[in-house]
Amino acid sequence: MAITRRDFLTTAAATAGAAMTPDMAHAHEHEHEHQAVPSDPALRVKALESLLLEKGLVDRAALDSLVDAYEHKIGPRNGARVVARAWVDPAYKARLLADANDAMADFGFISRQGDRILVVENTPTVHNLIVCTLCSCYPWAVLGLPPVWYKSAPYRSRAVIDPRGVLREFGLELGQEVEVRVWDSTAELRYLVLPERPAGAEALSEEDLAALVTRDSMVGVAKVVFPPAKGNDERHS
Amino acid sequence: MNGIHDMGGMQDMGLVQYENGEPVFHAPWESRVLAMVLATFAWHKWNLDAFRHTREVLPPQDYLRLSYYEQWFSGLRELLVRRGLLTAEEIDSGIPAAGAAKTSPPLTAEQVSPVALSTRIHAQRDLSISPRFKVGQQVRARNINPVGHTRLPRYARGKVGTIHRDHGVFVFPDTHAHFLGEKPQHVYSVRFAARELWGAQSPEKDCVYLDMWDDYLDPA
Repeated sequence: MAITRRDFLTTAAATAGAAMTPDMAHAHEHEHEHQAVPSDPALRVKALESLLLEKGLVDRAALDSLVDAYEHKIGPRNGARVVARAWVDPAYKARLLADANDAMADFGFISRQGDRILVVENTPTVHNLIVCTLCSCYPWAVLGLPPVWYKSAPYRSRAVIDPRGVLREFGLELGQEVEVRVWDSTAELRYLVLPERPAGAEALSEEDLAALVTRDSMVGVAKVVFPPAKGNDERHS
Repeated sequence: MNGIHDMGGMQDMGLVQYENGEPVFHAPWESRVLAMVLATFAWHKWNLDAFRHTREVLPPQDYLRLSYYEQWFSGLRELLVRRGLLTAEEIDSGIPAAGAAKTSPPLTAEQVSPVALSTRIHAQRDLSISPRFKVGQQVRARNINPVGHTRLPRYARGKVGTIHRDHGVFVFPDTHAHFLGEKPQHVYSVRFAARELWGAQSPEKDCVYLDMWDDYLDPA
């Protein structure tokens, strides 16, 4: 990529510090002014955390557990296990497409009564793509926290008007015979793509199949390939 | 609000910047912002819609410049003050006000688990409310331009689609974000042909599905 995330953050922090001052009041409906954004985010965040802890508004161990959950326990491996089972077990796949929460709860990482998840199936003639144009809604429970590109303006803006162009940037060229379905996550339903099972992987076990399934394929910006592409270094949690 | 956050259909935002091997967080402070945002929801002083709206009212130049967690941090600070958990003086000084009582955090580490986090949004309501539309029905998205929070993107307003599925009853973000009540109503998956949204430049078969509340729709 042309701009690394770190460069972007540095630039963003520097310009934000210069552009936003505490006296920036905005004419909005609320009687408030937007807080200055930290020129040194780490220090400002630490200051707020200390204040919240001191007042008893948050618990330090709870914060640590939340970070640990999203760093180590909740990630795309959850979704990959679901996908692999759907590939090997047609009855499971039918349940997954009918009631994803119920089917996913089998693995123990979500509640059957949890926030609603819907699974949409890719086929040779249908390709699904997930986006949230208004903010960054993403199926956290099965994919973890979204990558920066998913939350970025280029992806959010063009995924709905030019999905094929966006997919081309991800290296995925779809034929005209394929119907592209874009799911804009405007409400409290979260979408997961069930990618196609790759050809050539028939002999693989469910576990080995799960290892092939990438985060990107479950958002719909990639296909699952076998053997796996070199250099696919997505985080595996 | 017709703000920069409602960016579906814009074409001048550049190429998607993909980071190989992207870490969950790019700096520890990002993880602390996430944790503080999630932990403070447990006070029930605001809701996810209200939190989203704090980012939407950022001036567009700031919205585009700030990183995701910088936006979150800004929104968290604002809600903490506006909803009375902290005073502006406390935020500025970093010191609790004199005589401020120490409270007991509503969220403990024992309550944090993947299963518990899978119910964190809790926007669906088990209420018997009649749907205004049925699957297969043609609908037109209303042409509304509220100055507050809405989840009806500009690109769909006035467009005709088909009810694909009835998701059941959910809280209504347009009121919920402003603490004006849940106004529960049906949410539908509505299928719009890409050509209805974008004209003849789109492939004939392509489509976009949006989730829409009863109050966003009229019969077509």
